[in-house]
This record gives sequence, C-alpha cells and structure tokens, in this order.
Amino acid sequence: MNTVVTADHLARHYEVGGGLFSKPGVVKALSEASFSVEAGKTLAVVGESGCGKSTLARLVTLIEEPTAGTLKIDGVEATPDNWDKLRDTVQIVFQDPYGSLNLRHRVGAILEEPLKINRPQMSAKERQEKAREMMALVGLRSEHYDRFPHMFSGGQRQRIAIARALMLEPKLLVLDEPVSALDLSIQSQVLNLLLDLQERLDLAYLFISHDLSVVRHVADDVVVMYLGRPVEFGSKEEVFANPRHPYTKALLSATPSTEPHPDKARIKLEGELPSPLAIPDGCPFAPRCWKAQDKCRAERPELMGDHPAACWFPEG
Amino acid sequence: MTLLNIKNLSVEFETAGGAFRAVDGVDIAVDENDILAIVGESGSGKSVSMLAMMGLLPWTATITADEMSFDGIDLRDLSAKQRRKVIGRDMSMIFQEPMSSLNPCFTVGFQIKETLRIHMDMDRAQRQKRAVELLELVGIPDPERRLKAFPHQMSGGMSQRVMIAMALACKPRLLIADEPTTALDVTIQAQILDLLTDLQKETGMALILITHDMGVVAETAQRVQVQYAGQKVEEQPVRDLFAHPHHPYTAALLDALPERATERHLPTIPGVVPGQYDRPQGCLFSPRCKFADDKCRAVSPPVQPRDLGLARCHYPVNAKEDAV
Repeated sequence: MNTVVTADHLARHYEVGGGLFSKPGVVKALSEASFSVEAGKTLAVVGESGCGKSTLARLVTLIEEPTAGTLKIDGVEATPDNWDKLRDTVQIVFQDPYGSLNLRHRVGAILEEPLKINRPQMSAKERQEKAREMMALVGLRSEHYDRFPHMFSGGQRQRIAIARALMLEPKLLVLDEPVSALDLSIQSQVLNLLLDLQERLDLAYLFISHDLSVVRHVADDVVVMYLGRPVEFGSKEEVFANPRHPYTKALLSATPSTEPHPDKARIKLEGELPSPLAIPDGCPFAPRCWKAQDKCRAERPELMGDHPAACWFPEG
Repeated sequence: MTLLNIKNLSVEFETAGGAFRAVDGVDIAVDENDILAIVGESGSGKSVSMLAMMGLLPWTATITADEMSFDGIDLRDLSAKQRRKVIGRDMSMIFQEPMSSLNPCFTVGFQIKETLRIHMDMDRAQRQKRAVELLELVGIPDPERRLKAFPHQMSGGMSQRVMIAMALACKPRLLIADEPTTALDVTIQAQILDLLTDLQKETGMALILITHDMGVVAETAQRVQVQYAGQKVEEQPVRDLFAHPHHPYTAALLDALPERATERHLPTIPGVVPGQYDRPQGCLFSPRCKFADDKCRAVSPPVQPRDLGLARCHYPVNAKEDAV
C-alpha cells in the first residue's frame, strides 16, 4: 500500500469582519478532517455548499496553510517552506472549464506552462513533445495544439484542464466537481477518461462532489461532510448501503433516483444550513435532525465506531 | 380543451454568422393537472421555446408557429400590452438562478406585492395579507418579518421560495419552472420539488418543468418530452420512457447515467451536440447514433406514432417489446 496523502486533524479557520472596536468573527470552514488516500484509489468528499469541501481542496493542493493539524504528502509533512517542492505531487482540476483556462493562450502554451515554471532545465522541444503526448493520453487530437480554448466544447476543455494537471506527473489529483458543469452525455466521457487515467498512471484522486450518483460510480471511500466537519467515513459500499449518520441518510434519500417510483418515502430535512459564523454547540446537525435529543444539542459527537459516524444515535 | 397548445414552433436567431435555428418544429401540449417535463442538454432549445411563448425573447428572434394558444387565446398576434395581462397572472415562470432573478434594490415584500398590484384588484391591506399568505404557503418561517427583507439577506433556497411565491401570487393556471433547482443543494432541491408538486396537486394548475436532470424528471413528472438540438425527439409517460425509450438518443442518455452503470466503464455518446455551423443533413442525431445508416444521414426522420413515443427516428428502438 502506497499512501500518497495523509491528513491529520486538519483545520482552517478564517477571521471575518471586525473593526477598530469589534471583535472579528471566526468562520470555522474546516475542522478535524482526518483521512488518507492511497495510490490508485479514489476518496470522495460529499456535502452541500458550505460544508468545507472546497476549503479542503485548497489545503490539500497547498494553496492555503491549515490553521491546525498536519498534512503529509508522499510521506513528507507539508509546511510552507517545502510547498514548492511538493506541488509537483498534487494538482487540481477545477469545476468550471470555462473559467479555469486562459482564453488568450493556445492549448500548447497552457499545457507547457507548468513545465516552464517547474522544470526550467527542459528544452522547448522536450516540452512540446511532452504536451503532445499528454494530449494524446486525454483524447485530444494533435492539431488541437495550436487552438485557443474558445474553440472547444465543455467536455474538451475539461480534458485540457485534466491534461494540464497531469503535466508534472502528480501522484494525487484533486478533482473539484469535475463533471458538474458538463452535460450528461459529456459527463460520462470525462468520467471514463478519469477512470482510465487512474488505472494507467496509478493516480490517487480526491474527488469532491455533491452528486451522489457520480460518487457512487467512481469512489472507493467516501467522507460525508457537514458544516466543516466530517460526519461519516467509510467505504463506498458501507456508506451507500448502510448509512449511519442521519445526515448521510437524508442526503441519500434526497438524491433523485432515475427509477420512477413515486411512493418512495423521502426524508424531509427541515430548514437550511446554519451560518458558519454561528455553528451550534453540540452536534452541528442537531437543529435539522429528526432524532435530535438534549444530549445532541449539548455535546458534540466525535467520529465513533469502525464505520465511523459523528452521531450519538447512529442508524443501523 | 388543452390549456396550452403549441404546434410546430420554430425560433430563429439572427446572428453575425447567419440565421440560427434554436427551436425546430416543436409541439407542446399541456392540460390542467398535468406535469410535463422537458429534458435536454444545453442547446436543445428547451428554455428558448418557453421564453418564446412568454414573449421574452430579444428582437433578433423570429418566432413562427402553426398554433400557439393558451386557454383559447392566440399568443402569436398578441400585442405586448395584451400579453402582459396574461403573463404573470394566468401563466408565470420561475427561473434558474433565484439569486439573480430577484431585484436587489427592493424588498421581497415589495416585489411580491407588485405582481398583486398590477394584476389583481386588491387594496393595500389585502395585498399585505395575501403576501403573508403566500410566504406561508411556500414554507418560509416568520413571513411578516421576511417580507421586509432584501434578496441578499436570504439564502438560495429561500430566494427560490420567494420566486415561487411570486409566480403563484395570482393563482396561475400554468407554471413554467425553468431548472428551478439546478443552483440549489440536494436537500434543498428535494424541499423545493416537493413544494412544487404539492402546490400543483392542491391548485390543479399545469406545470412545465424544464430540466436536464433525469433524476428530477423521474421523481416529479407525469409526462416527459425529450429535446435534442432544438427538436422534440420523443414524448412518453414517465415510467414508459425510463423503461422503454424509443429514440436512440433517449436510450443512450439513460445508459450514460452513472447510477445505471453495470460496469466501471460508462457507455458514452460520442461527439457533441451539433452547433450552428455543423448541423448535419437528415437526422440531427445521426453523427452520434450507433444505429445510423445512410438513410439517417440523408433523410430527415418522420415522427413515429404515439405507441412508439412519437420518436423522431427512422428506426425506433424497443419497438418489438411494445408490439407484444
């Protein structure tokens, strides 16, 4: 087993507001995130907006420093001093392929830029060879080398973004909602490409998504997050077949299924996510939970059990 | 009598590169108590056909139709003034982005009451009462206080509820929901969809749901109409569509769903939706269709009979199973 990334009690808090006389508020965007991803495996992070998925992505891709906890990449603890060395190992693909590619650069230039910065000893010819190789790998034709991003469709742009992320031969790819901006028929093409690449290059994926049907298809392990905290962790089979945290259960039942059966009982969650500025004491899910009791509102549950769930009264 | 009846609707846009046909001969018929879902990928003309009906398209659009009537009123040669009497009252629409469809400069209450002021014969007190009622109806807690809130003070789910309240203000007979939940989280999506279907049941209005999410279709609609590149390619009741799709495009689309996957590799539809300059001859889906032959590439396919889902195809699939 070859562990690529290990996170231990990772946290990121932001100070917001505050002025000359008022105390700033603290947004706990992410707390207590612990996980590890192995080469060739996919860890999916699931949750609604505001649950800390994207903050997690920013920490793992070394864009921001965690306020607490440690992050080990390829066995080395990541600190801002060695970030530039470790960045080769971790790359990211963003959600919106229309926003993440520079419109004024040709595809070739987009793909070669990471090499220019990180492999200064490489000659221009080598760079171009490498870029063309990568284009073939992600299913772009070689005549696309001189084109601009606006000439491509969403699916092809996402291929370019994936190719760019792979130029430095990373071991971990962070995929931040890689298919949610794409049409259904294109989505399956990109998912297949990601699975192929994983098999061929033995990549580890941190797959961030809110779409449970996609997660069910690609993930090996799943972390469910709520308001900045992981609330359940387990293998895909465990989480989907036997969800233990009530939130996971509600999320699964809220996901529309394509088998039309109108009599399906859906768990209705009342209300919405509380503000991250005022996270309730106790269990963050308690205000919306149908099983919440006094204990839930008073004490915060930690991840417990061997299919861990942060709940005092887990299901099943 | 059918509430909304559209026959052979086409919309063309004048662009710098010539005319672009966004909607191509689409028929839509909805009755009261009906939930019709229109599904399709981006560029399939699903939103444009609805906007055309509401008269919300820019002047570059040319709309032609053999018939376009709502409750007996011919919508084709209605003046803008007459149209405004119908729109917002008997026929209203919810848009995709709740955050950007509300006016940020006015309170939610003002915007809801504006609809009432224009369309209904109500005095100030009645309008206030009705607005509170509406917010209660869509499940917003503490409605009196919420009426004084500005859109930026509300979350996405709340804003969408306000939009729904506004659309329902004058008890419309037809509600068009254009991707009402795409911008929302899953648990909020479930709340909004339940709300829409419950309201539909209570009031007996007709609901047209435009979406690209097959899961949403399966759980809410009664009938489904599939569009591809501006054409309607298939129409069926929801269960039949998911069990026996007749158009190869529908079949391929359903196969591509990750949750229907039987193996690690998903079946895909090669290629992309044709754009303005690469519209194929014959069947529009033929370049991507695995069953296509020379006939498909040359001759536009006919519309099959109703028991074949009105599929616009030379060789509809799943035909035998139906005959038995």
